[in-house]
Amino acid sequence: MATDNRPLSPHIQIYRPQFTSVLSILHRITGIGLAAGTLLLVWWLIAAAAGPTEFDTVQNFIGSVVGRILLLAWSFALYYHLCNGIRHLVWDAGKGFELRTAFASGCLVVVAATVLTIISWVAGYASLGGL
Amino acid sequence: MNMRSPLSRARGLGSAKSGTDHWWMQRLTALALIPLVIWFVVSMIIVTGADHAAAVDFISSPINSVLLILLIIATFYHGQLGLTVVIEDYIHTRWLEVSLIIAVKGAAIFLGVASVYAVIAIALN
Repeated sequence: MATDNRPLSPHIQIYRPQFTSVLSILHRITGIGLAAGTLLLVWWLIAAAAGPTEFDTVQNFIGSVVGRILLLAWSFALYYHLCNGIRHLVWDAGKGFELRTAFASGCLVVVAATVLTIISWVAGYASLGGL
Repeated sequence: MNMRSPLSRARGLGSAKSGTDHWWMQRLTALALIPLVIWFVVSMIIVTGADHAAAVDFISSPINSVLLILLIIATFYHGQLGLTVVIEDYIHTRWLEVSLIIAVKGAAIFLGVASVYAVIAIALN
């Protein structure tokens, strides 16, 4: 059966973005970003296994401006995907679908992800002993 | 008479006869990743800026080795499931779609095994 030329129903570009739909696509975007971010974890682990010279190269990259910006984006993506993932699991349990609840849980996810990111970076710098 | 439970029946259904397996494993790995990711982030904050010796110390502690390996397995399993859905949704050229899915699964296995190997190599050194 030829399925290539079937008409498609209106897709996202037809609809006005809404708070909940933006959060939904953000879940995907952060998921893709986190999948790419695993490369840093793989590099860190392999460098640690390889030896001090290789490990220093990774640590210097993570400590660089580019490294810190990537890590900041990655940490927010991780917290966002974690919190919104829990929101999805609650939906899977059949709860929280009412419009007001879905909106409120969305706000909670954004606030929680932001606060957790800030706390982590403050704790990270404290653990380093300042800037 | 069908002796299978409704859940077991649903898992075996679907167009590819794999039923809800993809959906179910995505949720199971998500559930596993909640505590693992929290442990990982807290650990990474503690070892921030660590030199090689301190990082090796952290990785080679038995509990950390085991949790790291579990984190790696759950992360790559969950990640390739998610990326597969994204590819299926947005890539409409069949050969490219299948090629990308194979590439994603291959990369997840390669990177996952390499990471687990690194942890074991450090732990047993």
